[in-house]
Amino acid sequence: MPKDGGIGASSKRREDIRFLTGEGNYTDDINLRGQAYVHFLRSDIAHGTIKSIDTAAAAGMPGVVRVFTGTDFEGVGTIPCGWQVTDRHGEVMQEPAHPILAQGKVRHVGEPVAAVVADSPEQARDAAEAIVLDIDELPAVVDMKDALKDGATKVHDDLNNNLCYDWGFVEENKDAVTKAFEDAAHVTSLELVNNRLVANPMEPRVAVGDYARGTDESTLYTTSQNPHVIRLLMGAFVLGIPEHKLRVVAPDVGGGFGTKIFHYQEEAFCTFAAKACNRPVKWTSSRSEAFISDAHGRDHVTKIELALDADNNFTALRTETHANMGAYLSTFAPSVPTWLHGTLMAGNYKTPLIYVNVKAVFTNTVPVDAYRGAGRPEATFQLERVVDKAARELGVDPIALRRQNFITEFPYATPVAVEYDTGDYHGTMDKLEEMGDFSGFAARRAESEKNGKLRGLGVNCYIEACGIAPSNLVGQLGARAGLYESATVRVNATGGLVVMTGSHSHGQGHETSFAQVVAEMIGIDENMIEIVHGDTANTPMGMGTYGSRSIAVGGSAMVRATEKIINKAKKIASHLLEASEADIELKDGAFSVAGTDKSVAWGDVTLAAYVPHNYPLEDIEPGLEETAFYDPSNFTYPSGAYACEVEVDPDTGKVTIERFAAADDFGNIINPMIVTGQVHGGIAQGIGQALLENCAYDDNGQLLSASYMDYAMPRADDLPMFSVDHSSQTPCTHNPLGVKGCGEAGAIGSPPAVVNAVVDALQSAGKDVTHVDMPLSPDRVWAAMNG
Amino acid sequence: MYNFDVVRPSRIADAVKELSDSTESQPLGGGQTLIPTLKQRLASPEKLVSVAGIDEMQGVCKGDDGSVCIGGATTHATVAAEAGNYPALAATASHIGDPAVRNRGTIGGSLANNDPSACYPAAALASGATIKTNTREIAADDYFQGMFTTALDEGEIITEVRFPVPEKANYQKFVQPASRFALVGVFVAKYADGVRVAITGASNDGVFRWTEAEAALSSNFSADAIDGLSLSGDDMISDLHGTGDYRAHLCGVMTKRAVAAAV
Repeated sequence: MPKDGGIGASSKRREDIRFLTGEGNYTDDINLRGQAYVHFLRSDIAHGTIKSIDTAAAAGMPGVVRVFTGTDFEGVGTIPCGWQVTDRHGEVMQEPAHPILAQGKVRHVGEPVAAVVADSPEQARDAAEAIVLDIDELPAVVDMKDALKDGATKVHDDLNNNLCYDWGFVEENKDAVTKAFEDAAHVTSLELVNNRLVANPMEPRVAVGDYARGTDESTLYTTSQNPHVIRLLMGAFVLGIPEHKLRVVAPDVGGGFGTKIFHYQEEAFCTFAAKACNRPVKWTSSRSEAFISDAHGRDHVTKIELALDADNNFTALRTETHANMGAYLSTFAPSVPTWLHGTLMAGNYKTPLIYVNVKAVFTNTVPVDAYRGAGRPEATFQLERVVDKAARELGVDPIALRRQNFITEFPYATPVAVEYDTGDYHGTMDKLEEMGDFSGFAARRAESEKNGKLRGLGVNCYIEACGIAPSNLVGQLGARAGLYESATVRVNATGGLVVMTGSHSHGQGHETSFAQVVAEMIGIDENMIEIVHGDTANTPMGMGTYGSRSIAVGGSAMVRATEKIINKAKKIASHLLEASEADIELKDGAFSVAGTDKSVAWGDVTLAAYVPHNYPLEDIEPGLEETAFYDPSNFTYPSGAYACEVEVDPDTGKVTIERFAAADDFGNIINPMIVTGQVHGGIAQGIGQALLENCAYDDNGQLLSASYMDYAMPRADDLPMFSVDHSSQTPCTHNPLGVKGCGEAGAIGSPPAVVNAVVDALQSAGKDVTHVDMPLSPDRVWAAMNG
Repeated sequence: MYNFDVVRPSRIADAVKELSDSTESQPLGGGQTLIPTLKQRLASPEKLVSVAGIDEMQGVCKGDDGSVCIGGATTHATVAAEAGNYPALAATASHIGDPAVRNRGTIGGSLANNDPSACYPAAALASGATIKTNTREIAADDYFQGMFTTALDEGEIITEVRFPVPEKANYQKFVQPASRFALVGVFVAKYADGVRVAITGASNDGVFRWTEAEAALSSNFSADAIDGLSLSGDDMISDLHGTGDYRAHLCGVMTKRAVAAAV
């Protein structure tokens, strides 16, 4: 019987009441007295030298407060990068300066060149049009392989070339991998593209800067997944504002998907300009601006090779990837193709030898950074595609080949430096076979063929790594931040609690699921608990939400803080009950003395803590408030198996998804309904990448898919009903809740299933097609069939 | 947007007068193309002359010759609901854009804009429709003059469109995945004196008639009749969503499907 509260209950999302009734408080809802508006003049040229910027006419336009250009930021810091990768030769990556407004050169379409602050958004925009910008156009660097050729135009004149780093992992294994390929009975190789994506959260980015002259305090309201990280990066590295004079608020945020992790120029600009103009300054991105200023995702070009012995055991894996960084290094960009990608290349398989080479490349395009999954989808896609191709080449069942090579004993140390704590890959595959009704596939294929359609079935596995940690390890890997999480639990006198978490909820439902955990621990109603997040003024220093880390890391911090609360409350209860502390038990919101009928209610204990008339003041302090910081000892490793069935119209190349099944292992589950919703959203985004979304540039660095007229987002009628299961549960062994995280799984696991299915369909019609690059749009599939 | 004035006359004559004064003015139908264009600041008329308030340009009626007559300011949703005498036309209207577009966008606005991927131009051209303006009547064959180009003069307003009702007709749209405009849309109409086939979405010259297919279908109205016929992709639109050759191929596929589905 399903629970009606606490851990494991499908409690309805309490935040949805305000979201669905228009009562949310998003950044654009924040309007301050005397507020001015900024409009950014953005480069419409991908690469060029700025000859002159004439702002005289603009400055005299109605309502204009001030016009800013790059020269106004001399002496101010530049946008920092949060991760320094060391390459295979022991050299640190090349790291160009990333100015708030362009300095000397423009390096991508959309780069802000000047900014007008005015009384109204329309006046700011009018004046921006009056700025005369003279740019000497230079050849644009767009293709990554061209960018690395000798004599290629340089994106950054002060760097040696366009190569950010040349990373090898594990470099010491390289020769052994080469040898294994020489000895292989069979080698399967595949070249593929992991297509560039635009994140497109429903809410565009917004920033409001405010400055209080009387106290010299700055406040930034921003659409961020991690306000403390923004406060640290912007305060310490860009504007030189100490944290006690800088508050960052990320209120309700309408989706992030990674693109709202990063510190952007617009945030620093609004904070800086509010002080310079002595007025609040607001920026609201248009959707058009979002396409050319939000960090993009993915954009890898990869060659992968898999070596097998005569018994079809995987013996070695070798990959070479070109990863597009865009024109500048966004906050976590260097980590995505390296530590979030190379470490996942073992997948679910016991391949003993792996070598990963990644060349990160600067181009005249929008910066690329983490997008839902971040490195792990890229790893999963290439691995699951090459395994599928190998099965087809060898004429063996793709599921059987996977099962034969599954890791079955845990903990398992991979050859790519991580140790999986738990998992049951046969278990999720068993579940998938049951959900997917594979035995009925032949009949469904026959039915499709009767209707003139091809039908294909694609299966894949995935493994991901969430809650990247511990901090001392990631520090060695180049992270310039810690990756712990924090929580303060404040119990009020009448027994209600407020949990102030360093995690940030921007659609994940933390306000509901976090409350369920605390309710379960104390044995009280969820509605007695409020979850507060998103404001550096009232939450402890936290690292925010991304990488499916919140329940595993933020939830663990909350558990630790709640444990401290319970321990102290037991001391108070033992005083009130005149019993030994060791005999006090907490159950269903009451403290009792073991083996007796003596008890005291939760609310009586909390009241005693704040009205300490009958209270052991000599032993413990009044009050009931505790903070914990939790730094995990390892990543968590969710895993699963996905299946997709497609129909292909051979006349048009149009692919339709007919069935989709996902069997996941997320360890223990707090709220099954929320987990299901997260998986649904992830699969929708994964199918979007696989079939529809194509962020494309032309040779001049102009973004071709710069609006929804050309950039295809997945819509409800592009998707079938999903069949989702997460009953396979191997709890994480190293965090207190045994949870693994579920936010990114759907986006990681689904693209290879779709492509595997389409290849299966085409081969069923005798087409010699071994791969089609995403997105599998009708024209591409038709061309592959008729190529 | 830049600032502009809006007037909403209630008679065609007043609208014509508003459009002919010295201000730089532009007629406004449902605004489904013009308003986004203004928001992008890609156009800057001083005055918009809305035709939405002109009663005599509203609605669907039956002409003396049995044709379906549609007022120039009639929305797609109204056509979908009321053009039952011409089922293929009503069905075409019911699949333009989304509900918001269909409840604002008008037939006159669509035909005056002549977007190379719009649906109505194919319906009008395949039906041999007559485009009636405040000054004259223009045959569809003379009206469409290349993408975004028509026979309309400055300040001329489409007041009505008359569609002769065919024996059989069907429109098949293969949508561009992002915009869901027609990547290729084929309207086939069979009349007593022959078959007309008009194709939208494909050509760099906008909507066009596939005369070879018309000839073949006029003698044998079956999907097989166009086996072996093909169009060249050379002058077809080639973009992110498909090459000219792909579009040319789809023209054949969609024509066959339209013939097979024609009722």
